[in-house]
Amino acid sequence: MAHSPYQPLGGKLLTKPFMVLALLFAIGMYFIATRFAFGLGEVTNLNGGYPWGIWVVVDMIIGTAFGCGGFAMAILIYIFNKGEYHPLMRPAVLGGLFGYTLGGIAVIIDLGRYWNAYNLLLPWYMRPSSVMLEVSLCVMAYVLVLWIEFSPAFLERLGLKDAKRKLQRFMFLIIALGVLLPTMHQSSLGSMLLVMETQLSPLWFTTWLPLLFLITALAMGYAIVILEATLVTRAFGLPSEQRILSKLSPIVGWLLATFLALRLADILLRGHFPQMFEANLNALMFWIEGVLFVVPTVILLSPARRVEQAQMFLAAALLLAAGSLYRIDAYLVAYEPGNGWSYFPSVPELMVTIGVISLEIMLYLVFIKKLPVLHGIRNAQPREA
Amino acid sequence: MEAGDDTGIDFDKFSEQELDGYEGSVGGLTRRDFLKFCAGVAASLGLPLGAGMRIAEAASDKLRPPVIWLHGQECTGCTETLLRSYHPTLEALILDTISLDYHETLCVGAGKQAEAHKRKIMEEFHGKYVLVTEGGTPTKDGGIYCKVGGKPHVEHVQEAAEGAAAIIAIGSCASWGGIQSADPNPTGAKATHEVLPGKTVVNIPGCPPNPYNFLSTVLYLLTFNKPPELDQQNRPKFAYGRLIHENCERRPHFDAGRFALEFGDHGHRQGFCLYKLGCKGPETYANCPSIGFGDVGFGAWPIGTGHPCFGCTMEETGFRKPLHALAEVKTFSPPTAFPAVDAPKGEGVSPAAAAVVAGVGGLVVGAAATAMRNMKASDRGSDSSETNDA
Amino acid sequence: MNKSRRRFLKSATGAMAAAAAPLESANAIRRDNKTLPPEALGMLYDSTLCIGCRACVTACKEANDVPVEQPARLSAWNPGTWDAGEDISGKTLNTIRVYTHGSKEHKDKAENGYAFVKRHCLHCVDPSCVSVCPVSAMNKDPDTGIVTHDPDACIGCRYCVYGCPFGVPQYQFDDAFGKIAKCQFCEHLQKQGQLPACCDVCPTGASLFGVVTELQQEAERRLAARPGDMYEFPRGRLGGDRPTHEAAIPEYESHIYGVTEVGGTQIRYISGVPHEKLGLPKLPDASPSSLSEGVQHTLYKGMIAPLAVLGGLAFLAHRTTRKLQQEEEEE
Repeated sequence: MAHSPYQPLGGKLLTKPFMVLALLFAIGMYFIATRFAFGLGEVTNLNGGYPWGIWVVVDMIIGTAFGCGGFAMAILIYIFNKGEYHPLMRPAVLGGLFGYTLGGIAVIIDLGRYWNAYNLLLPWYMRPSSVMLEVSLCVMAYVLVLWIEFSPAFLERLGLKDAKRKLQRFMFLIIALGVLLPTMHQSSLGSMLLVMETQLSPLWFTTWLPLLFLITALAMGYAIVILEATLVTRAFGLPSEQRILSKLSPIVGWLLATFLALRLADILLRGHFPQMFEANLNALMFWIEGVLFVVPTVILLSPARRVEQAQMFLAAALLLAAGSLYRIDAYLVAYEPGNGWSYFPSVPELMVTIGVISLEIMLYLVFIKKLPVLHGIRNAQPREA
Repeated sequence: MEAGDDTGIDFDKFSEQELDGYEGSVGGLTRRDFLKFCAGVAASLGLPLGAGMRIAEAASDKLRPPVIWLHGQECTGCTETLLRSYHPTLEALILDTISLDYHETLCVGAGKQAEAHKRKIMEEFHGKYVLVTEGGTPTKDGGIYCKVGGKPHVEHVQEAAEGAAAIIAIGSCASWGGIQSADPNPTGAKATHEVLPGKTVVNIPGCPPNPYNFLSTVLYLLTFNKPPELDQQNRPKFAYGRLIHENCERRPHFDAGRFALEFGDHGHRQGFCLYKLGCKGPETYANCPSIGFGDVGFGAWPIGTGHPCFGCTMEETGFRKPLHALAEVKTFSPPTAFPAVDAPKGEGVSPAAAAVVAGVGGLVVGAAATAMRNMKASDRGSDSSETNDA
Repeated sequence: MNKSRRRFLKSATGAMAAAAAPLESANAIRRDNKTLPPEALGMLYDSTLCIGCRACVTACKEANDVPVEQPARLSAWNPGTWDAGEDISGKTLNTIRVYTHGSKEHKDKAENGYAFVKRHCLHCVDPSCVSVCPVSAMNKDPDTGIVTHDPDACIGCRYCVYGCPFGVPQYQFDDAFGKIAKCQFCEHLQKQGQLPACCDVCPTGASLFGVVTELQQEAERRLAARPGDMYEFPRGRLGGDRPTHEAAIPEYESHIYGVTEVGGTQIRYISGVPHEKLGLPKLPDASPSSLSEGVQHTLYKGMIAPLAVLGGLAFLAHRTTRKLQQEEEEE
């Protein structure tokens, strides 16, 4: 164990913030129980026009985008051979693990006929034309891949060196899958909207949706790594990863610039330019989204700004907000089912989402404290967190 | 009269014996029954119950107004239906309530004698008598297709209308032309009001009309010296204000989609809705389902006995639309409760949900801002890394 | 090592660009719309004949065993007795809605008028719900073209609800074990030789059952007839033995809705007011699933591209992991 550069953080588990999170999670659990006892309508504001609400869009679609840290880092480290980022890999995979696992759990809560969910795995039921099928199989597979990617941490903790070595012999395949699968399903989360050609505002609907979703997912993956590294190192007084992070910035910046260029060019080419200036919610959201994307792009591409930790943090936070808003807009705001339908989440619905996110943070804290996740802790003094 | 019960009339003040022998009884009715009838008329006219007494007074007035009743192109069905009314009977009406001075069917006298009597009444009671017309008025070729005493009917009507205090057109023929006015209308048959421009003619359409709609109108005229409230086609609103469809006893079958498809089929025998057989109830204004015909109790009216309504009270329907043609359903015209095409649906934003969203948003922004402030400080070199955002 | 990596990255980028190129033009990547089965069954809904009696709504509820629906805002009023669904829902498979304007005086007139419209599944020729269903719960009959739903396969993901351009499939949100509810054209009754309940019960023939191609001809006949002329309107089934009813030809809008919309549907709507006013949106001729399936097919054809990419990725990852492991062990 001493050989591993990764170490458990240690420290007290039941801190005050942890208790608050536990309470929020308990509230969420209550409403989840209500949902299973009395149906989705009892808890949510879902309706005939908006059959998907925040449980799908926030917990699943945004949640997995937040979980793209492992995916984004894997591309950088293993595909583009940038070994210097390796210290960020394991926490990134952990973030992905929770993002995806809990996204999957949220989907089970949200599924109207969850007891039939195994039908997804029965070949005679599978319909290849369905993007949903591809996404669900991919996500299931990727959750498995993430657990395997993360399993060295368990094996180290348990002292199973042999097993770890054996596993590492096949790790390259797992890593390759860990890049391929998110590429497929993160882009497919955009493809899912392609069938909504007639319901989606032309400011969002484009054949490029899969690519735009993939780019933002990658960018959000990097942003979550930056955010996580910054917050964790500061909160627990670990050595700063700022040097590595600022090297990461231009990559994210260029990704974002590509996204913005594509997005704008596409709208212009399709001739929906005037819709950007209409006085309605769609146009307003479009501009808010635009600003949220442009600011981090500018920060991350500016050599002077990106060395500053605060600026980096701001850029990462704004980028995550932008990516989240892009998803909320595309799935809920810009979606117009007609027939007079409207949707806004109910309080219990929100509490379930908050509960799931609380659980995610709680588990993250447990894992970094009890398992060898973080890099270079040996000389650090754990702080109260 | 003191109010004893909720009819406003203290019937129990009189014992049964007294009433049976009461000398003021009219038309074979005991006084009790007569008062009840008048109260009933008041109710069917939609008048306050106290008005029943005024009607009773007017109906038993010794000064009975003279009535001239003219027959045109018709089948005398309207008179026949009046003959079959029992509260009061027609003889009670014509002997005690009004003075039916001229009626081509009921007159004892005939020929020149009867015509002379009519002329006498018209002169003597000028401006006081009531004119009732029954039947259509032919107008083609000078109206020669219906003559009485060598004179076209149209001239009789116009002459008699001159000095009439009120004019009532009984039946669909007099009200809007009736069967003879249907295409191609060879005699140029017209309604009474069409040959009397400028005069108010109260129309009691129906083929035949319900006698009580006529009687109630007459009693109202006698009581208040004015016609009851009329609709745009001068029909008394109390009788023609509602669609048959609205009060039809078969209506639940319509709403449930249970229709008779042909006469004698299962649905027809089960009393299903007759709409598919061409029932015109949904476009016909009349009170038939409410009061029925023939005083034999509930269900004695065309639809009640299994025949589709043919819309006899409606100018555009009866004798004009084919019997099997489907009715236009007027009662379902908006704004009856139909969901609009784009009716707003969904729960909307609840204040609590908005507060939760704002709260979470605020918390995240606040935490991020705090973290940033601390980072800025450490970026500048000072060492205050006391954030706690995990 | 570096050479091959560059070559792979290069070719991967090239492949991505190649895949992306057709994305530029949405039409190039679309697959063709699916076509109408020759014996497809459908319905002709003539809004001008509809009298708003809602017999079809009642008959539908009875035939499909769905409960009475009272919207929340009316729930306090005689609960459970008054069926007044505001739209199709988990409890209401078809409904009659109304368009009104101004004084609401004239039937089938856009100005100061009103018009009824029946709402239910249009049984698209190329249905989105079938395309998007991950577990084959939504199916289109190859002969009749009826779009049916199998609750035993359904996982309740509600993608069909989300993806349907008409918002037809509806999930039963108020049930802990809710199902997707949609009009299946009374397939169970048709198997017994009966008509779909709504067409069977319709007193005026506003909902007319028949073979789609014949219904199309009937719709064209009505539109070609002179307004005011008497016309024998069939009831129940087109070409059936039920008595027709005679009425004057109204003034129709010239468009027959459902012929081309989203690649065509098996329901035809004709009406006296523009169809958009009846909640029937203007829709493109290409089916939505022709695009999504086209894109998916381009990217995942036989899983060749993903497998090739996986191979490349595995190759690259293999080298890096080996290097990193060596470093780790040296450390």
